[in-house]
Amino acid sequence: MATRTTKAGEAAHPSAPIVEKLRMRYAKRGRARFSSHRDIARTMEWTLRRAGVPVALSHGFSPHPRLSWIGAAPTGAASDAEYVEIGVTEHLDPLVVAREVDAVLPEGLSVIEVVPASPGALADRIDASHWEIETPGVPDELLAPALAAFHAADEVIVERLTKNGPKPLDVRTAVAELRLTLTRPDEPEAPEREDRARAATCGRLTAVVRHTTPAARPDDVCGALRAVAGLEFPEPVRATRRAQGRLDERGELIDPFATDRAAPTA
Amino acid sequence: MMGAHSAAGRRVVGARRRSRYPGSVAESVFESLEPLLPRVKKPVQYVGGERNAGTKPWDAVPVRWALCYPDAYEVGLPNQGLMILYEVLNERDDALAERTYAVWPDLAALMREHGVPQFTVDGHRPVGAFDVLGISFATELGYTNMLSILDLAGIPLHAADRDTSHPIVLAGGHAAFNPEPIADFVDIVALGDGEEVVGEITEVVKAAKAEGLSRRETLERLAGVPGVYVPGLYEVRYGDDGTIAAVTPTSTHAPERVHKRTTSDLDDWPYPKAPLVPMAETVHERMSVEIFRGCTRGCRFCQAGMITRPVRERSPQGVGEMVEQGLQNSGYHEVGLLSLSSADHSGIGTIAKDLADRYEGTGTGLSLPSTRVDAFNVTLAEELTRSGRRSGLTFAPEGGSERLRKVINKMVSEEELIATVSTAYEHGWRQVKLYFMCGLPTETDEDVLQIASMAHEVIRAGRKAAGRGDVRATVSIGAFVPKPHTPFQWAAQTAPDVVDHRLRKLREAINSDRSLGRNIGLRYHDGQPSLIEGLLSRGDRRIGRVIERAWRDGQQFDGWSEHFSFERWVTAAEAALEGVDLHWFTTRERGAEEILPWDHLDSGLDRGWLWDDWQDALNSEEQDDCRWTPCFDCGVCPTMGTEIQMAPPGRVSLPITPVEQRRSTPVRNPALAADRGV
Repeated sequence: MATRTTKAGEAAHPSAPIVEKLRMRYAKRGRARFSSHRDIARTMEWTLRRAGVPVALSHGFSPHPRLSWIGAAPTGAASDAEYVEIGVTEHLDPLVVAREVDAVLPEGLSVIEVVPASPGALADRIDASHWEIETPGVPDELLAPALAAFHAADEVIVERLTKNGPKPLDVRTAVAELRLTLTRPDEPEAPEREDRARAATCGRLTAVVRHTTPAARPDDVCGALRAVAGLEFPEPVRATRRAQGRLDERGELIDPFATDRAAPTA
Repeated sequence: MMGAHSAAGRRVVGARRRSRYPGSVAESVFESLEPLLPRVKKPVQYVGGERNAGTKPWDAVPVRWALCYPDAYEVGLPNQGLMILYEVLNERDDALAERTYAVWPDLAALMREHGVPQFTVDGHRPVGAFDVLGISFATELGYTNMLSILDLAGIPLHAADRDTSHPIVLAGGHAAFNPEPIADFVDIVALGDGEEVVGEITEVVKAAKAEGLSRRETLERLAGVPGVYVPGLYEVRYGDDGTIAAVTPTSTHAPERVHKRTTSDLDDWPYPKAPLVPMAETVHERMSVEIFRGCTRGCRFCQAGMITRPVRERSPQGVGEMVEQGLQNSGYHEVGLLSLSSADHSGIGTIAKDLADRYEGTGTGLSLPSTRVDAFNVTLAEELTRSGRRSGLTFAPEGGSERLRKVINKMVSEEELIATVSTAYEHGWRQVKLYFMCGLPTETDEDVLQIASMAHEVIRAGRKAAGRGDVRATVSIGAFVPKPHTPFQWAAQTAPDVVDHRLRKLREAINSDRSLGRNIGLRYHDGQPSLIEGLLSRGDRRIGRVIERAWRDGQQFDGWSEHFSFERWVTAAEAALEGVDLHWFTTRERGAEEILPWDHLDSGLDRGWLWDDWQDALNSEEQDDCRWTPCFDCGVCPTMGTEIQMAPPGRVSLPITPVEQRRSTPVRNPALAADRGV
């Protein structure tokens, strides 16, 4: 593509090139957890435009914004750690971008952090997720023996519906860690939702799950407990992704932005 | 609810803020709804929180409106009418408005099981707690959904069974120009443009609550608001032949005829100012600006063109300001310049050029729905797409033969069409869409088959013009449904099997030449749903029983083929009608003397003129457009006290960013701009 002449059906003024990539960590919480990845992608495109961020556009017949998404949390799950990489046509202050985009995101979506991208693919820094799973109607006392059975097993297969039909998924291998959360972390959940009677019968799990293909989701983890221990979940579980990153030898997740933050600014 | 507005009701409870306007309990039902959402499809459509949506404190205003579009959220959210009224009402100090949409059967079943009522997506308040439930009917296919919504809301289906504790159920929108089929279910009907009448209804409801009026008294007072029709205050009697013998007011408060409302000077009504931007996917992912309202092209099948006269244009400057404000407030990358025939705006050339100049290089697409078949239309489309997407161009000859186009008053010759599509192909379009109707009055098989030869000619001419073989044309066909307040209101609807037969023959004719046929796509739906639409369009009050029966048998979401059951409707019509039947209401031609169910509702069109235009249609005589030729006395302007409002010549004049400083967004954020410099 050394020379470009405008052809019929192509933009006469192709977008300016990408001069910088920004990486954004954002959260979807509250009502926004019911949005799908497509919903969020569309919303983010409009939000970036509305905030005045000069996102680079692809060339050609139907230009689209240069956004790269890292595996999104499933519809219905909340997350404090979603990631998107944004190609922009000007150098921008990441702090200002974070503030301005956050100001116009719809309720439930918020920007956690924006950093300039340092070399290396973001996807290579993420291979596992840390989930917290609330299990209404299934208290910790019921979860504990199921966890023991799970850990004792070599493999726990659940069926996962994919586009090509049901696929067996070994949740035991995907799960790096699965335990009762026990101590309740302070979280910005609406206090009026704290129904005490319900809380007493609501268990809490912490799970660190490797990103296998297909990915084992919180629902699959609960499905695995059902498979090994016959545990039934009377209500849909409520899952929140607390972090994503690369799993180190000690079983900790390394923050994918650690390298970007340390890099000298462009 | 209304009775509670008394001294006793104004007590302060505990530490709670003193309520200015206490009413019934209207706490959010979101707590009980939320656990159901993980179990349904596309839950995001029920959570609200759209950009530019908002809730007002319940007890800060005396009058609360629930605005309803009786179809799925994905269809209803982008509806302009609802969006306009939502803003207009929420700007008032004495009113609040929230929105509600039809709930899909999966969630509806769970709501019934768990006792969750129909809710608004803004505050998740129970619809039954509002003062007014305003339902916008763009088509008659929302009638069964209305019953589902009333039922889920706990509101009695029949207006006669409601008391002051229930909302006033209001129908509006184009279908409301014949509300007789839903007369049993609605309390009031608003005819015509809604911007002003919603305020006047608010005033009456406010006063009625303050004075503690009974429901009957409230409705009688509402009957005094111009444009408001209260079906319950009229009696319909039928003759031995099944036709209407008389429609008479039963209250001194009810006028003999109700006249539609017309909003004049669109520049005074620049709504929506802040378009709603949903998280959920919807059918129109763009912001829209209405560049004019009304149409006098006079297409005889077109109810919208007949009932929205006269033409009222927005000024180029007004259009420009709305586009700019809407883009700033929404972030949308598509702008639709809406109207019934957008290329007809007197300043459209300037508007298109100025907007294209202004937004070139900002990743903003401009589009102009237009059905005009002429070269100017292509020029406009070219201007609007000069820096963006150039997908398909749409033309609507509507009738396959020249004779039929004279019948429907769609004046375009085959030569014009071929010349126009050739221009389009020459200028880089690879695809044109052609819209037609089947089942038009006087239509024969031959008229429909001429669509095939026209499409063949389009491909031949297109290949020549484009200098390549891969040009495409899509032929899209809808079955014609005669509508009230049009010259075709007397016409016999064509039976579905005739329509289906003609379309089968058309498909064969298109494919009879494989080398041309392979570049032509044919899209149509079968004729059965259109027959039911015809029943609901031209029905009278006896159709209410059919609607209720079909709904009780499980019918809803009539606009969705997977939910539509022709058999269920046929069964309901057989069970609920006496002396008259489905065919009597649809495929029967009406005579000049017959009282039509909507004759007491005045769209401004003179009945004598409509009849003459119907006779002209049968004689293939055309009617000009009064914007460019003298008035032909359709009756609207003198009856309504309105006039044609053409925009004064002008340009879109707004501060403009030099091209070299443009970015991929039209929004210039000073916080980010300050950082640029380098």
